[in-house]
Amino acid sequence: MADQTTAKPIPVPTPETKVFWDRANEGELWLQRSVQTGTAYFPPRPFFPGDPTQEVEWFRAGGNARLLSYVINYRAAPGFPREPYVIALVELEEGVRMMGNLVDIEADPAVIDLDMPLQVVFERRSETVAVPVWRPAV
Amino acid sequence: MNPGAVAIVGAAETTELGIIPGVSQLGLHADAAINAMRDAGISPETIDGVASAGESPVAVAHYLGITPRYLDATSVGGCSFMMHVRHAAAAILAGHATTVLITHGESGRSGVGAAGWTPFTGLSAQFEQPYGPSGPPSLFTLPVLRYMKEYGLTHEQLASVAVVQREWAGLNPRASFRDPISVEDVLNSRVIAYPFHLLECCLVTDGGGALILTASDRVSEFPTKPIFVLGTGESSETPMVSQMVDLTTSGAFRRSGAAAFTEACLKPADIDHVMIYDAFAHLPIYGLEDLGFVGRGEAGAFIEAGNTRPGGKLPLNTNGGGLSYMHSGMYGMYALQESVRQLRGIASAQVPNVRTSVAHGVGNMFAVASTIILSNERP
Repeated sequence: MADQTTAKPIPVPTPETKVFWDRANEGELWLQRSVQTGTAYFPPRPFFPGDPTQEVEWFRAGGNARLLSYVINYRAAPGFPREPYVIALVELEEGVRMMGNLVDIEADPAVIDLDMPLQVVFERRSETVAVPVWRPAV
Repeated sequence: MNPGAVAIVGAAETTELGIIPGVSQLGLHADAAINAMRDAGISPETIDGVASAGESPVAVAHYLGITPRYLDATSVGGCSFMMHVRHAAAAILAGHATTVLITHGESGRSGVGAAGWTPFTGLSAQFEQPYGPSGPPSLFTLPVLRYMKEYGLTHEQLASVAVVQREWAGLNPRASFRDPISVEDVLNSRVIAYPFHLLECCLVTDGGGALILTASDRVSEFPTKPIFVLGTGESSETPMVSQMVDLTTSGAFRRSGAAAFTEACLKPADIDHVMIYDAFAHLPIYGLEDLGFVGRGEAGAFIEAGNTRPGGKLPLNTNGGGLSYMHSGMYGMYALQESVRQLRGIASAQVPNVRTSVAHGVGNMFAVASTIILSNERP
């Protein structure tokens, strides 16, 4: 119980998402795409959404995204610091969208610009799990 | 569905609304159901179908002494009750039931006999919850800065949604918050999840409501003014707000609304009164646009200009809404109740000459929606 109130949530991979989390644990962002069309998709699943006849494959993503939207959360979730923090929606250059946190930037609307370029970094949550988060691109 | 073939012949909320520590969640279902049965002049033996969310319809039926031959446990969040109306109408026309009771009860504030907030499971647990959203206030609100950038919606316009709804609440003795507020009051209230302030977020209260539906051919057996179901819709988009196709519009809203209008053979211009589930201040903005009442990007200015306030040309959320009337967690039932009251002509803030009303619900943030179009005239 202590972990649940003092640590940030640790995602529990499922068989269908294990590759994503195994690679994230190694500091790499991997996605899936249709072999036929190259269209990427997320979250992971062992078939192409809307057309399960398409063959799919994993590939390493570039780790570049832009900021689509965000909130600054003033009501800290369990395990998060009491200071307001940014929950962001980002769009990767491969076209998929993810939720994440913004890091290395003040939680201040004056300095957070929509569409700003972002780069993935990984935040360690346990010995075996690291989650992708986003910092301003340099 | 044949527009108007099914009617609401019983409608009631719980005896009390607000803070009700003396009644369990199941008890709130029962209180609302008994009030609705009294309204319709019937006893449990007349009911042969039960639909509910939050509590199982099995539990509700047994608790009330109803023997159902139709059960609907659709539970997809706050619009579940709109879907119950839609499914009940289909079931009645199919002959699966003759008289369906739909119940909602939620001890959202007091938590008496309530399971509480269901933890996120599935893919959201892996790909959203690790980033620290604190439930709906920091999830439902996530798309809005994008909308503000795309369409120039101002903080003042967003705040005006809460101001206008408080005007309606001021006319309603059962509303939780009735004192007038200004845009400045809203913007000076505590930040919950920027850009949202406390007064742009819904209440958390206790209460319930119930509806009774039957075939329109039977309405003369009931003492109430029948309210006919003209059109119904439902759709879903994604259980994860991060996976919305477009952050400025809800596919579930658009599809659900279009289905309801098509079924009713009506257009938005034909509607006299609108209820749009407002867990947060941006939902009436998304709803007015996605249902087709105004063009894309126009709703903020439309509301700010007073079009939805008392005396305005499109009365919206006339009970005060989730922002000021009440919000137990799954608010959709209260939107339906206010539509029925307005069409019966018995609302606290009665709009003159209401003949058509839309009740639009959302569920689990932007995951799912359902829309019901009602009238006091059978086409």
